[in-house]
Order: sequence, then C-alpha cells, then structure tokens
Amino acid sequence: MNAIKRILGLVWMVLGPAGIIFGIIEAMRELSPNAAVPASQETYTFWIIILTIFVPIAAGMSLMGYYAWQGDYDHLDEERGVE
Amino acid sequence: MTSTPTAKPVDLTTEEKKTIRAVILASSVGTLIEWYDFYIFGALATIISTKFFPASNPTAAYLSVLATFAAGFIVRPFGALVFGRLGDLVGRKYTFLLTLIIMGGSTFAIGLVPSYAAIGAAAPLLVLLLRLLQGLALGGEYGGAATYVAEHSPAHQRGFYTSWIQTTATLGLFLALGVILFTRNSMGVASFGEWGWRIPFLVSAFLIGISIYIRLRMNESPLFRKIKAEGKVSANPLKDSFTKRANMKMVLLALFGATMGQGVVWYTGQFYALSFIEKTCSIEFVQARNIILIALAIATPAFVLFGWLSDKIGRKYIMLAGMLLAIVSYRPIYKAMYGLADLTQKQEITTQTSNVNSSEKVKAGTITTAVLSKAYTDGTTYKETTKTTQLIDAAATAPAPVVTKEVTLSTNGFWMMILLIVIQVLYVTMVYGPIAAFLVEIFPTRIRYSSMSLPYHIGNGIFGGLTPYIATRLTTSMGDPYAGLWWPIVIAFLCLVIGAVYLSNKIDPNVED
Repeated sequence: MNAIKRILGLVWMVLGPAGIIFGIIEAMRELSPNAAVPASQETYTFWIIILTIFVPIAAGMSLMGYYAWQGDYDHLDEERGVE
Repeated sequence: MTSTPTAKPVDLTTEEKKTIRAVILASSVGTLIEWYDFYIFGALATIISTKFFPASNPTAAYLSVLATFAAGFIVRPFGALVFGRLGDLVGRKYTFLLTLIIMGGSTFAIGLVPSYAAIGAAAPLLVLLLRLLQGLALGGEYGGAATYVAEHSPAHQRGFYTSWIQTTATLGLFLALGVILFTRNSMGVASFGEWGWRIPFLVSAFLIGISIYIRLRMNESPLFRKIKAEGKVSANPLKDSFTKRANMKMVLLALFGATMGQGVVWYTGQFYALSFIEKTCSIEFVQARNIILIALAIATPAFVLFGWLSDKIGRKYIMLAGMLLAIVSYRPIYKAMYGLADLTQKQEITTQTSNVNSSEKVKAGTITTAVLSKAYTDGTTYKETTKTTQLIDAAATAPAPVVTKEVTLSTNGFWMMILLIVIQVLYVTMVYGPIAAFLVEIFPTRIRYSSMSLPYHIGNGIFGGLTPYIATRLTTSMGDPYAGLWWPIVIAFLCLVIGAVYLSNKIDPNVED
C-alpha cells in the first residue's frame, strides 16, 4: 500500500502543474481576439476568478504529491496513535 | 488495513448529557442562522440581480449575482484563517460569537441597501461588500461550532453529536426557502418583488438576537480551557498549522481526500439541483422550491444517522461511498429529472390550449403580453409568457422580447422529482454527516480551529460553492444540459481515489492532544 501511495504521489505532483497549464490554455483560447465567441466582461471575470483561486490549490496538490512521494503518508495511523 | 474503529464506549452521566445537549443547541442554532443568512442571498439571486445590478442584460445581471455569490464563497477560506487564528488564540466561544454578530449585521444591512435605481453604482458595491463580510463570518463560524461540540463529546459518540451541527447547513437552506415562500405567498408576488424580498434579510436581526443570547450563556470548550490553563495555547496558530510539515500534510489530505469531494456532492445535490430544475427544466418558481423543501425535510435526518453510523464503522467508508454513488448515478438521475419536464415526450390536450394577448400603455410605448397555456394528458401544464415592447420613437431600438417558460409538473411528476432530489441529498448526508468528527480528530487542540477551518472552506466554499457557477457555464458553452455534471463527477472521482488510498478509517479516540 505504501508503494502505491508513493507512486500516486508522482501523479499528484504532475497533476498540479498540468491543471494550471490546462487552465491557462483554456483562458487564452476564450479570451483570444480570434475566439469563436468574442470575450465579454463576464468571460474575463470568470477566468480571473478561476485562475486566481485554482493556481494556489493546484500548487497545494503538487505539494501533497511531494509529501506522498517522500513517504509522509506511510505511517499515519502510528503517528496518530490509533494503530 | 483494518476498518475497526478504536473508540471505546464510556456512558455519560445525566449531568453530562444535559450539558452536551445544551452545547449542541447553542452551537447548532447559531450555525443554522448563519447558514440561513448566507443562503437567502443565493435563493433570491434573480430578484437581487434586478434590484442591484444594471438590468439591460438579464443574463449578465444574473451572472453578476452568481459571481457575487461566488465571492461570498471565495472569501470563506480567508474567514477561516482570520477567525481560526482568533479561535485558537482566545477561545472558541468568543470567536463564534463574533462571527455571528458580523453575519447578522451584514444580512440585516443588505435588507436596507437602496436599489440601483435609487443610488446608482453604490448599491451593487455596498451589496458586494456586505456579501464579502458574510463570507468572512461564515468562514469563521463552522470550525468553531464543530470544534466546540466535538471537544465536549465522548470519543465513542463524536460522530453522532457533531452530526447535529452538520444538519444546520441543510436546515438553514430549508429555513431560507421557507421564509421566502411564506413571505411571497403572504404579500403576493408583486409586492414581494417590489420590496417584500427585503423581509427575509431583516428577519435575520431577530434570529441572531436569540442565538447570541443562547451562546452567551455557554462556557468555553473544556479542552481549550485545559490547554490554556497549562500554557499550551499556540502563540502563532497559522504558522503552526500551515508551515509545519507534519500538520500541513494533514491539511492537504483533508482537502484533497475529503472536503473537496464532499463540497461538490453537497452543492450539486442541494443547489445545482435547484438551478437545474428551475433553469433547464423550467419548473415553476413555487413548485421548484417546494420540491427542494420536501426533499430536504425527508432526507435531513440521515445526517444524524450517518454521523451515528460513523461512530460504529468509521468515517472514511461512509464518506467515500457517498462520493462513489454520486459519481456513478448523477448522469442517470439528471436525465430522469430532465425527462420528467420534457414536453416533447408528453401528449398535449390541444382542446385546452389557449393563447391570450393583452397590451399596456407605458411612457415609452406599448408592452404586449402574450400568454400561451397548454395542458398535457399526464396532468402537466405549461405556460409561456412573451412580453414585447413597441416604442413610440420608431428610430429607437426596442428591447428584445422577454420570454418566460413555466412547467408545472403533474402530481406524479412532482413526487418523482422529489424522489430524485432525495437520493442526491442522501449522498450529501453520507459525505457531510461524518466530516466534522473526521476533521476534528486529525488535528491537535491547540491549532484545531485554524487547521480544520481552511480545508473545510476551500473544499466547500471554492470547490462546492463554485459548482452552480461552473456547471451552468459548462452547460451553456457545451450546449449539453448534462455537461455541468462533469465538474462534480471529476472532482469527486479525484477525491475518492485520494481518500481511498491515503485516509485511515480508524477513529482517533483522543482529541485532547
């Protein structure tokens, strides 16, 4: 189980930046002057809100992945005294 | 990995039982009222958009309110930090008293703000500011109430006792919808739309007064008093919570392995469902709210059931089962909901179809109202109202016709819709019922308020609170009525995997650390 926790840690580490890149690409596509539907004020508001909020959260996911990869979640029960 | 919880039962004395009941009452009433305050804004979003935001484009006005609604959610994590820190420094009791006063004051003030027509741009700015204060207050409230109850509870009944706090979020919505419907029915639709919508906001002052009175009579949490007497209170709770790796890893795990999925399941079942039946299915205003009200009333006791059950079989499996059920069944449920209101699948009684036209002279010209009414063999009725404005000044551009569609379901359809909402609210009770006990148990007393509040409010406020906004946007941009469901499905799936792999199902009996 600990091996799975650590391997999945790498997935979470990658998922964070991947989410940020996906968000930026989507925002650029919708806000581009060549967009199929011209960007409105609401579109700008939406993407400003989404990127401002989700970039730090995605960074948090990468950090959790790093902790998992380092084995920080291997012995939670022992650390909590509930083994 | 064993799933056996480790809490050992110790019977409470009569005096202790009395105390815990008073603690639950004081905490729950206050939290219930805070949720009520918070929800009436969302529940009256359509009316508020016409009063406080320029109405030239109704969609833009509605989205502005949704954005404001979202702003109310987005500031919640900041409230969690501000009041969480305070709660770990000065105590739970005075902190959640303060949040109650801020919430009540802001709600009351929204009821007094003059409309956009009266004071122009200052109106939406004031409303936005008050909405942000509401979000801040709510961010500080929940962690305090949950911590306060949990720190009074015996280990083997922590899930059961904290589940009463969990009912408040749903009961707050219930109360908000109930007060709105009662006020609207009492004074009539026209007066309610004119000024009566302010009443639910003003009523808050009375409710908050009662709650403050109850809470003032309570004592500080025994565990907080103990660590304070021993000089073990954290000097810097935020630093201890979010810069120490041993605690930060638990904050991240609580967010990505529990509250993130719980947030989207909650807001899909209770808020996106209402938005879907009203906007996508075009269910009539009062019937849509009655459906939600009855479903909430039926399913709410399950919060306590699953809280109690989590003391017996552990928190993790109940929460993850709720997420799994939501992931696999959301699309079939929403397809069934859509089908209930889909008029193309019904047989029209053409002899009962009527088309009534009327016109009214106004300053700028004439407003023509065309009302098309249809009845169907299963008892469903349909009303389509089209308002067209013809201006006196032929050179001026007339506004686009406003079309309102209202489907009133048959009795069978009504109860089927309720059943489909009840199923979703049961998922909510599974993911939300045990979560307060779960969060309390993974953080130490000295930084518990700060540590548990942040993941809770990011999960609920951001992932959950933005669900109606993101789902509506997905639906609009993809042109598929079910596209909005991808947001809760994907987020809940991610949370399910993380929770299944990393969370423990064992209950920590000792929250005095």
